[in-house]
Amino acid sequence: MQSAPFELETAAAGVPGLRRVAIDPVSRVEGHGKVTLLLDEHDRVQQVRLHIVEFRGFEKFIQGRPYWEVPVMVQRLCGICPVSHHLAAAKALDHVVGVDRLTASAEKLRRLMHYGQILQSHALHFFHLASPDLLFGFASDAGRRNIVGIAAAYPEVAKQGVLLRRFGQEVIRLTAGKRVHGTGAIPGGVNRAVSRAERDVLLGDIYQIVAWSRQAVHLVKRLHAADPALYDGFGTFRSNLLSLVGADGKLDFYDGRLRARDADGRLLVDEFPVRDYQELISEEVKAWSYMKFPFLTALGPQEGWYKVGPLARVQNCDSIATPLAEAERREFIDYGQGTLIHAPLAYHWARMIELLHTAETIKDLLHDDDLSTGELVHSGKRHHSGVGVIEAPRGTLIHHYRVDDDDLVTMCNLIVSTTHNNQPMNEAIRRVARRYLDGRQLSEGLLNHVEVAIRAFDPCLSCATHALGRMPLQIELLDAAGQVIDRLSSPA
Amino acid sequence: MKTILLDGLPLPFADGQTIMEAATEAGIFIPHLCHHPEFKPQGSCKLCTVKANGRYVSACTLPAKDGMEVENNSPDLNDKRRTLLQMLFVEGNHFCPSCEKSGNCMLQALAYELEMLTPHFEQFYPDRPVDASHPEVLLDFNRCILCELCVRASRDVDGKNVFALSGRGIRKHLIVNAESGRLADTDFSLADKAAQVCPVGVILQKRKGFAIPIGRRRYDVEPIAMQVECAPSRTSGEQES
Ligand code: SF4
Ligand code: FES
Repeated sequence: MQSAPFELETAAAGVPGLRRVAIDPVSRVEGHGKVTLLLDEHDRVQQVRLHIVEFRGFEKFIQGRPYWEVPVMVQRLCGICPVSHHLAAAKALDHVVGVDRLTASAEKLRRLMHYGQILQSHALHFFHLASPDLLFGFASDAGRRNIVGIAAAYPEVAKQGVLLRRFGQEVIRLTAGKRVHGTGAIPGGVNRAVSRAERDVLLGDIYQIVAWSRQAVHLVKRLHAADPALYDGFGTFRSNLLSLVGADGKLDFYDGRLRARDADGRLLVDEFPVRDYQELISEEVKAWSYMKFPFLTALGPQEGWYKVGPLARVQNCDSIATPLAEAERREFIDYGQGTLIHAPLAYHWARMIELLHTAETIKDLLHDDDLSTGELVHSGKRHHSGVGVIEAPRGTLIHHYRVDDDDLVTMCNLIVSTTHNNQPMNEAIRRVARRYLDGRQLSEGLLNHVEVAIRAFDPCLSCATHALGRMPLQIELLDAAGQVIDRLSSPA
Repeated sequence: MKTILLDGLPLPFADGQTIMEAATEAGIFIPHLCHHPEFKPQGSCKLCTVKANGRYVSACTLPAKDGMEVENNSPDLNDKRRTLLQMLFVEGNHFCPSCEKSGNCMLQALAYELEMLTPHFEQFYPDRPVDASHPEVLLDFNRCILCELCVRASRDVDGKNVFALSGRGIRKHLIVNAESGRLADTDFSLADKAAQVCPVGVILQKRKGFAIPIGRRRYDVEPIAMQVECAPSRTSGEQES
């Protein structure tokens, strides 16, 4: 069926005869979300609305500020991947200060910082947030489904998760200056090198880190093998893919050109220069959501939406430059038997292949003397605008600035990873809700399954990174007249 | 020889020296913001408040007198100083984690020194646009603590009168002496003394920002109270460790 992959909810807001089920993640801070399920008269899930309150004030806030402040200031945007914003902003401002090519040392130092960030983020996501669901089962005792439960049942897995993350944080600290709110990247380069002694400390651990990352891939593969029907089918929907791809089609998180594939894996665009992103991507605004819905302009909003993040990247590239991760990529591609893998739960597998690649890349970088010597900053002819694109842990991250003659920012446009995945997350929830919502009764099972589907995408909701891995939810079932006919909350 | 007793320690002083000068010469730190050893004392920030013979006075303006008993480093005085700092913090926009002056800022360094853990008072969040008109220097008025060091430096050293304070009380603010109010329309230059004296992050050399990493800046290396000797060379520019 040709139209099925791109089938979207089409009902307009307030359609009579639709019942509404609202699932509220009760968050501790901002980054707060809510899920609404709209039923038709046959009690079938017709629409899904994932509401995420993003911190959108930044684009206004940064206007009128000096450009050199931006890479540091922008980390206030998100407490979850500040390094990605730091680097995307610095990349955009490189162009403003006329630097199209960093010095070898600067590029390698930034790359090291970025790969350290991905390592710690992927480790946090998989071990702390996702592994409890995957190892204990989605419907298991909620009190146990957290890293503490993992530590009790699988002490070795928990230990590796904690130490992988700590290693990534240490890489960030040495390159950015601090674990949070670092200042390492500046327009045109970086402000610090990594000394020989600092490299030696990291080198002392890196072989263990590579080995554990490899074990993490094997763990995910065993989970898939144990229940292929679940892992292949849970919330699965087809869509396009988008990511940066590096030179020679290699997987690259730091730099490259944009590539998009359709749901069958055919190239839609390739080698697309990031500075022209506005020609490639448009964003649809929907009345019910603060978050926009990006799509490939040429295909339109119905057919042009796409997935970003690990599942997109690992299948979008032609190869991975490091041998262990490349072998895993091949096995992953083979698992798809010639078709793209669209299963949300396969995000975890792809994410662990990326974890392995970051570990191997960090190992190679740490042997490189350019990290410790050489020019750190360049400058060139000033320009009035710059676009910086990076593959953040959660997917493609776009920063775009305009700067006036007085050095002040006059315009800022950001498209963050979670926004690219907006439609895909809605779609995954819809599939899961259709499968697990039983009549007019809300159940724990539904709640857990919706949560697992959202989490696969690793959205940067602060509630999704609740310290113990739980996303407390509230569900309300409303009838067409707006009457609450059922209500359910998960333990916080 | 004439002496004062500072926290019980006898300190010699020369005629005409203030308590601040006597202490500084002996390497003893008295918290201060509007005081600068190269300029005439001004006595406006009150951070240097000490108790001399039982009375609260400004150490930067009060001449030392033989036999004067001065209390400086006491919980009572440091509590009062901390409150003054808290008021300065909320009155402007001082967001240290993304401020390029972090590590070179006296206000921040004193907040650490006096263990100010929260702003305590409600934030004013003033909205003061920056002046980026000058090719070399940016003015971010959001951080001005009205110490008038730039006013004094421009008037007394540079002979230019580029800066002035205007308004009264809560409305008092720093202005640029030009019809347009813009720094570009004055004869201000990066080489001016006034470009070097701001203790906080108002008068900034453009495009330097975070070129010196946080962690390797003046007060990152050693707490402000340990840098009494260096006070005469205080500058606004970043310094290598
Ligand atoms: S600009 Fe700086 S030196 Fe001038 S009054 Fe304000 S805080 Fe003091
Ligand atoms: S330093 Fe004495 S009043 Fe400011």
